[in-house]
Amino acid sequence: MGKITGFMEFDRVGPKYRPVPVRLRDWKEVYEPQDEKEVSEQGARCMDCGIAFCMQGCPLGNRIPVFNDAAYKQNWAEAADQLFSTNNFPEFTGRLCPAPCESACVLGIAADPVTIERIEYEVVEHAFANGFPVSRSTSTRTGKHVCVVGSGPAGLAAAAQLRSVGHEVTVLERNDLIGGLLRYGIPEFKMEKAVLDRRINVMKESGITFKTGVSVGDDGVSLESLRSEYDAVLLAIGSTRPRMIPVNGAELTGVYPAMTYLEASNRAVNTSTTSEIDVKDKNVIILGGGDTGADCLGTAHRQGAKSVIQIEIMDRPPDERPADQPWPTMARLFKTTSAHQEGGERIFSSETLEFKGDGNLQEIVLRDNSSNEIVTKAVDFVFIAAGFVGPELDQVGLNQDQFVTNRATLSVTPDWAVKGLEGKGQVFACGDAVRGQSLIVWAIAEGRSAASGIDAYLQGEPSSLPAPVEPYSLSW
Amino acid sequence: MTKTLYDPNFEHDACGVGMVADLTATPTHKNVFDALTILENMEHRGATGADTGSGDGAGLLIQMPDSFIREVFDNVPAAGDYGVAFWMIPKHLVMSDVQSTIDKALAKVSLKSGGWRVVPVDSSILGPTSSASEPVFIQQLITSNGAESLERSLFAARKMLEHELPIYASSCSPNVLIYKGMLSSPQLRQYFDDLRDERLITSIAVVHSRFSTNVLPRWELAQPFRYISHNGEINTVRGNRNWMTARETTLKSDLLPVEVSDLYPIITDNMSDSASFDEVVELLVQSGRSLPHAVLMMIPEAWEKSTFMSTERRDFYRYHAGLMEPWDGPASVTFTDGKIVGAVLDRNGLRPARYWVTKDKRVIFASEVGVVDVDPANIERKGRLQPGRVFLVDIEQGRIIDDEELKGTLAAKAPYGQWLNEQQISLDEIDARPWLAPSHASVVRHQKNFGYSEEDLRLIIRHMAQVGEEPIGSMGSDAALPALSTQPRPIFDYFTQLFAQVTNPPLDAIREELVTSTRVTIGGEDNLLTETDRHAHQIVLPSPVLSIDEFAKIRYIEESDKAVGFKTSVVEGLFPSSGAGTAGERLAKAIQEVTNEVVKEVRAGANIILLSDRNVNKDFAAIPSLLLTSAVHHRLVAEHIRTSAALIIEAGDVREVHHVALLLGYGASAVCPYLAYESIDDLVEKGELTSAASVDARYLYGKGLNKGIVKTMSKMGVSTVASYVGSQLFEAVGVSDDILSRYFPGMKSRMGGVTLERVAQDVLTWHSDAYTPAEGERIEIRNKGEYQWRRDGEIHLFNPHTVQKLQHATREKRYDIFKEYTKMVDEQNDAKVTLRGLFNLKPAATPTPLDQVESVSSIIKRFSTGAMSYGSISGEAHETLAIAMNRIGGKSNTGEGGEDEERFDTSDPRFNRRSSIKQVASGRFGVTSRYLVNADDIQIKMAQGAKPGEGGQLPGSKVYPWVAKTRHSTPGVGLISPPPHHDIYSIEDLKQLIFDLKNANDQARIHVKLVSEQGVGTIAAGVAKAHADVILISGHDGGTGAAPLTSLKHAGTPWEIGLAEAHQTLAMNGLRNRVVVQVDGQLKTGRDVVIAALLGAEEYGFATAPLVVSGCIMMRVCHLDTCPVGIATQNPKLRERFKGQPEFVENFFEFIAEEVREYISLLGAKTLDDIIGDTDRIAIDSKTSELSDFDLSALLAPVDHNQRRQTTKQDHEMHDALDWTFIDEAVRSATTGVSTTIASKINNINRAVGTLTGSAITRALGADKLPDDHIQINLEGSSGQSLGAFIPQGLTLRLTGDANDYAGKGLSGGRIIIKAPSASTFETDQNIIAGNVIGYGATSGEIFINGVVGERCAVRNSGATIVVEGTGDHAGEYMTGGVVAILGDIGRNLAAGMSGGTIYLYDPKKTIHDHLSAGVYEIDPLEFEDDEKLLDIITRFEAETGSKKAKSLLSDWRTARMDFVRIETSEYQRVRDELRNG
Repeated sequence: MGKITGFMEFDRVGPKYRPVPVRLRDWKEVYEPQDEKEVSEQGARCMDCGIAFCMQGCPLGNRIPVFNDAAYKQNWAEAADQLFSTNNFPEFTGRLCPAPCESACVLGIAADPVTIERIEYEVVEHAFANGFPVSRSTSTRTGKHVCVVGSGPAGLAAAAQLRSVGHEVTVLERNDLIGGLLRYGIPEFKMEKAVLDRRINVMKESGITFKTGVSVGDDGVSLESLRSEYDAVLLAIGSTRPRMIPVNGAELTGVYPAMTYLEASNRAVNTSTTSEIDVKDKNVIILGGGDTGADCLGTAHRQGAKSVIQIEIMDRPPDERPADQPWPTMARLFKTTSAHQEGGERIFSSETLEFKGDGNLQEIVLRDNSSNEIVTKAVDFVFIAAGFVGPELDQVGLNQDQFVTNRATLSVTPDWAVKGLEGKGQVFACGDAVRGQSLIVWAIAEGRSAASGIDAYLQGEPSSLPAPVEPYSLSW
Repeated sequence: MTKTLYDPNFEHDACGVGMVADLTATPTHKNVFDALTILENMEHRGATGADTGSGDGAGLLIQMPDSFIREVFDNVPAAGDYGVAFWMIPKHLVMSDVQSTIDKALAKVSLKSGGWRVVPVDSSILGPTSSASEPVFIQQLITSNGAESLERSLFAARKMLEHELPIYASSCSPNVLIYKGMLSSPQLRQYFDDLRDERLITSIAVVHSRFSTNVLPRWELAQPFRYISHNGEINTVRGNRNWMTARETTLKSDLLPVEVSDLYPIITDNMSDSASFDEVVELLVQSGRSLPHAVLMMIPEAWEKSTFMSTERRDFYRYHAGLMEPWDGPASVTFTDGKIVGAVLDRNGLRPARYWVTKDKRVIFASEVGVVDVDPANIERKGRLQPGRVFLVDIEQGRIIDDEELKGTLAAKAPYGQWLNEQQISLDEIDARPWLAPSHASVVRHQKNFGYSEEDLRLIIRHMAQVGEEPIGSMGSDAALPALSTQPRPIFDYFTQLFAQVTNPPLDAIREELVTSTRVTIGGEDNLLTETDRHAHQIVLPSPVLSIDEFAKIRYIEESDKAVGFKTSVVEGLFPSSGAGTAGERLAKAIQEVTNEVVKEVRAGANIILLSDRNVNKDFAAIPSLLLTSAVHHRLVAEHIRTSAALIIEAGDVREVHHVALLLGYGASAVCPYLAYESIDDLVEKGELTSAASVDARYLYGKGLNKGIVKTMSKMGVSTVASYVGSQLFEAVGVSDDILSRYFPGMKSRMGGVTLERVAQDVLTWHSDAYTPAEGERIEIRNKGEYQWRRDGEIHLFNPHTVQKLQHATREKRYDIFKEYTKMVDEQNDAKVTLRGLFNLKPAATPTPLDQVESVSSIIKRFSTGAMSYGSISGEAHETLAIAMNRIGGKSNTGEGGEDEERFDTSDPRFNRRSSIKQVASGRFGVTSRYLVNADDIQIKMAQGAKPGEGGQLPGSKVYPWVAKTRHSTPGVGLISPPPHHDIYSIEDLKQLIFDLKNANDQARIHVKLVSEQGVGTIAAGVAKAHADVILISGHDGGTGAAPLTSLKHAGTPWEIGLAEAHQTLAMNGLRNRVVVQVDGQLKTGRDVVIAALLGAEEYGFATAPLVVSGCIMMRVCHLDTCPVGIATQNPKLRERFKGQPEFVENFFEFIAEEVREYISLLGAKTLDDIIGDTDRIAIDSKTSELSDFDLSALLAPVDHNQRRQTTKQDHEMHDALDWTFIDEAVRSATTGVSTTIASKINNINRAVGTLTGSAITRALGADKLPDDHIQINLEGSSGQSLGAFIPQGLTLRLTGDANDYAGKGLSGGRIIIKAPSASTFETDQNIIAGNVIGYGATSGEIFINGVVGERCAVRNSGATIVVEGTGDHAGEYMTGGVVAILGDIGRNLAAGMSGGTIYLYDPKKTIHDHLSAGVYEIDPLEFEDDEKLLDIITRFEAETGSKKAKSLLSDWRTARMDFVRIETSEYQRVRDELRNG
């Protein structure tokens, strides 16, 4: 598998980025195409380990050594076949995943890990380009009908899996377009929406029904009516309540949750209009040093912001693994994303004390926690990327204690059934609504696993669908 | 009765044999006397158990002593007209009843009793064991009452009587009389008064002394038997016995006074392999064949690949190969009928056999020389028996008949060649037939149906089809035991291969290929007791793996006009996938129907039965081919029609070597793995195989299977497929009694296991996966994670979580995380992975307070790290383990690669890199006097868990300079570890090596490392009798080394069974308290240690876990030198990545010990000693269901309280060593620097002479060395084995006389000179004066021998200079360095597997190419520098020995030098030249 001595011969080489000045002028994805030979060499670096730690690192259990090997041999059909056996949407994870697999790569113990994620990307794009199968299907029809509420990665994965064994599936989405966070949370430069549309088309062709603009709950169709209409209902409603910063001035115009900003931008890009929140020539501060913050950063630069500062309350993470986060765990390390390469300032250990302004935001007051110095900065827009606190359960009327875990997410059985909603039209749940905010790869893994639970419930026998994760499982 | 794991069927024995014959046919009592003396002088080859008054068996065969019989009986008819039966009658029988039964039987064959005589014996000398079963010895005179043939009638009467009564006749013949019993060698003479009676005379006397590994030797198993005495072991005996039973109905003979059926069973139950062999010889002789003819049918020489054999002789063997399979295994068989006496050696020559012919016309033959005193001037010649050769003394003709003449006569007895030409055909003569290639979709469906895994396709089939060899893996197996696995498993997985250890050697099928054969014949067999042309009417297959072409030819054989008289009948092995009854019931019913049908077909005349699962479909699933084959085979055996037809299997589930081996082992003559071939086509189609054409890929795959089968056979010491077929050399691990008793009769389930229902359900699971998806839908061949961990695959104890936790815990010294790790391992283990997972500990009512429990440091003393060689792992990793173990008081192990002498310096206790345990393996790398002296323990590796029964290979690319230095070899030149130790072909050899090593360091404990398999208990008992101090039982799953995947997964058993069996068997023999029992094999947690302790282990070894602690992440690429964490590599770049620290390893062992303390406390005990062997503290978690019926109670059988652990030491019998007479003088000389010369007489009982002295010198001098010849010891006589083993520089032994085997073993700089006595008159270059395996593993020094030596001279020589005047087969095998000069004739297979060093051969007849092994050699005339070097060596040789041969060469060196050739390997020359040129 791979090339036995590949890891000694080749260094890690990822795809080249498009030059910053060029890429800031458009919204296209940031990478240059990677030469096939180079991809093959990167596949050759895989050591085909006796224990594939990467496979454990990946919530989906992707067969990483196998597709690495196929990529090395440039056998893209085989690689794609293997990839799709564990992952419905490698085109999403190949672009968006922070790659816990690479953190767990054995080569990473003493060198740079294999470019697993990029190989995944190449494999799936080869599949689409060459017309290899990009989904699994069956001619069987079970006559059972499942309603999936929410069309984010978890809901989509569950829908695809359920369809692949012959169930009827209807996906409900409250927004105007399918995709959930994939649609409006991910900036175009990280994943062009055409990629999402391409996938939705595949799913439509497989016979899945999508309905947009349908809210479930008080202001729309009731959960009870869904339960009577469908054989099973899956809640994949995400964890969408943003965490805000409880300081004075948070109500000022110009202070937005990151997701509001990203959604507005995405809509604008989609319709080739100007965003409702446009930061051209403005001073922008992003609160939150994570990936969503970086997404805001890249978006702001593309909108033509005058300055962008990203502020993180925690200390600057180390460059190397600390002893308490040993390999193969996903250590918290200092990370430079493509958005960071494009400019902006990063400040760590800084806490927000107050927003000031006269209705419109004008200043932000910060304390440097390392020096205890108080700083005031002029600012036009603040985007808060401090994460999410849980699903919007009150919307679907499930916010009572009996349905909720102590982390304010849905409480499910090991088979993904929502506790208390068993019986006819049994309700299941998966994704961030169960797990709390997490990675797309986890959402897909949970969607797949929930599909297995639903299938078993519908068929009354163990499901043939894989269940890569259990509810609430930990990565290491 | 409590179930135990002890089974007398596992018994092995090995022995000493001897013979005296008088060519003048003059019977004398001296012959009796001398024969008994021979026996007494070979006492060290026999053994006694805990009860020293009971020997394993000794006996004497003589010609019928007519004059003596006349003295002790009345009314004796003329000589030849009477016979004597020598009865052993159990004391509980009523003598008068016995007598009347005997008289009746005699009357049936026209014989009558001529009187009884109670043979006087001295019972007082017996020990309790032998005394308890002592029979009454009766000699009965029997006379003819008109019998046609007295001898045959006696045979028939005896045979019938032994089946009727529990009595036994050691002899019952007109020609010979046999005195034998459960006695030690010296007891024989004392026990039977007759033997001391001067009136007892004979001109032939054969003696035998037995070394049984078993606890319970029996009186009747002593030898000689009626015709033969056997020193050796018949590896294929299970199959041979089955085949004899199978052919019973075909047996007819006009010569016998009764029907052959009256004599059934021919092979008596519960006898030894030798006894069974004797019974068949006897039948063949009584039905008309001559004795040598019968013996050669059963032990044919290696004729298949011999290029020199005459056509007639080859035809003789070829013809008889169609009549009977060889009885394969190491053997020195002495045979006699009272008129002739002879001996034959097996094809490998694995037993020593030496003879002297004297000028006064006597022949003395024995396993050793020097066993009786003979005046040197009286010696006419000295010889040895060679592999496959016969040595025959004809008393009536008064001469010795040599091999050539004897075999020539036999070959001319009948027109064998003509018969073969007319009757026998090969498949090449038959026209090819077309066959269809299936589609991809159909192949995949079949793969799914037969349970293929992606790993099968990628790792196994693809690899084999690409390179024609089995794939290699590393780091053992930590996956679930198949019988416990929750995944569907092929039934093949529940069977493991047996392998040879200790009592017989595994073979090297690669380097000694000339003795192997894959040839099989198919078609019916005819009456064994006659010979006609019809007997040759058979089809010859070159190998048991059939291509699809070959298969098609056999399938349609009737349609060929070239093969008349063959009828193939196809029987389908399918069962309904659904329907009435459970899956298991449907399967059982189908098997029953298939066997019925086969019986019907055979009765109707089919002589080839083809069992096929080709037509599997949605409604019918395949009967697992192994179940099918064995069921049919045994049914045909039971119906006594087995030999009427051959079984050919066309099976979809066959894909690995192990599968084919199993099918052969259970009766198939040939196998066509059609689905594997189709899978190869499919891989080629998909571009997964680089070879362009399917036909090449299939060929390579078939070749790989063939090679693998030969290797699997050779692990068990079997050389030919013909005798492997039906040999059942497997054991079942976790198979229910029901399955075994129904379909595998003769096999015993020791712990229950999977049921037929489980087997059937597993098949149906695959079947439904294959046939449920709708047409056109994707069927995926899943990776089941058996070889590499996969998230959705088989459970492995080392997985991402446990590795991570273990590394984290030991690096950060976090006992809390360590407890998380052990919890994960133990819980995963719970009933799912290992047998110990089925055990629960019984906590005591009141636990012991932890502070009262034995301390961590005290427990750690029992811990060691596993044997991993420097070379296989990096210096950094190796030294990290050593430093850690030395700091905490445990032991590390060198492994087999030697140890750098710098590491012997122990002055810095914090960084003491010396390994306490020094391993001695078959390669003997770096095993020098200093190495051994610097050991606390010396470990003899008999087998290794990952690949028991196999050797190893270190490719040249891994022999880095620093590795070469410690191994005493050349950098860049590959090294081979042979499968056997060439000084251990039997238990008495092991006893000798233990003795040698004890002499080389009398302060060290000697370990013997065994691998768990059935029968390891009796082997352990033998090893304990051989005076080992420690017996290590290794599990099958451990093993950090590289091994073929077949061995890694399918050989050996879990340590739990092996340990329990060894512990119980040792205890039953009263031997347990003499030895320490150690265990290793995937020990990972404190619980593992405690379970091992309760099952009887006192010490515990860990290998994989400390490596993981040092950074190993189970890459399983140890064999590739690409270890990315710097452990299993020598690559300096990768070694930089090594991050292990001794502290981590210390933490690990301290944590383990701490956990053990917690368990001791839980069990309410205070020390480990308190709980060792206390199986009462274990409860069995036996979950029985319709799918399995495990019963592990036999593992917990309690033993005698005094036999739970070691409490006493072994007696190494060194008190009368010859060395004591001069050791003080020698050491004084060494330390004072004043040289000395010492003289002594020597005898064959003086073994390992010089070794004790050598070790004392080495110890006294440390790193200093003496000049050559500083201490000279001049010896006169015949030396015992291992003369001068391991002696260091400065010590010279000069022997005038002759030497037995292993002289100069491990020579470490000393000199050994052996020369013929001046009074002797024979030509030294025609006579043998030293035995087999001279200079084995010598690292430096000189051996000069003024005569011919036996087989395997200079094996694994790595630096010594050895000069001999002639050698036997396999000289210079595996040599890596040094110089060997051979001045005379050589045997076959010279320089096999040699990688370095130089052989100079005086070859005036230019026959070198006839003798050289296949390999890449440079054969050149002498170059200038050789000339100088050789001239110097021969000059000194002549000066030391006075060799006439050397003298004549030197007298005309200019001419002589032209007749020398130099033999080196190309690789060696290339590397040497490179080194020379910098």
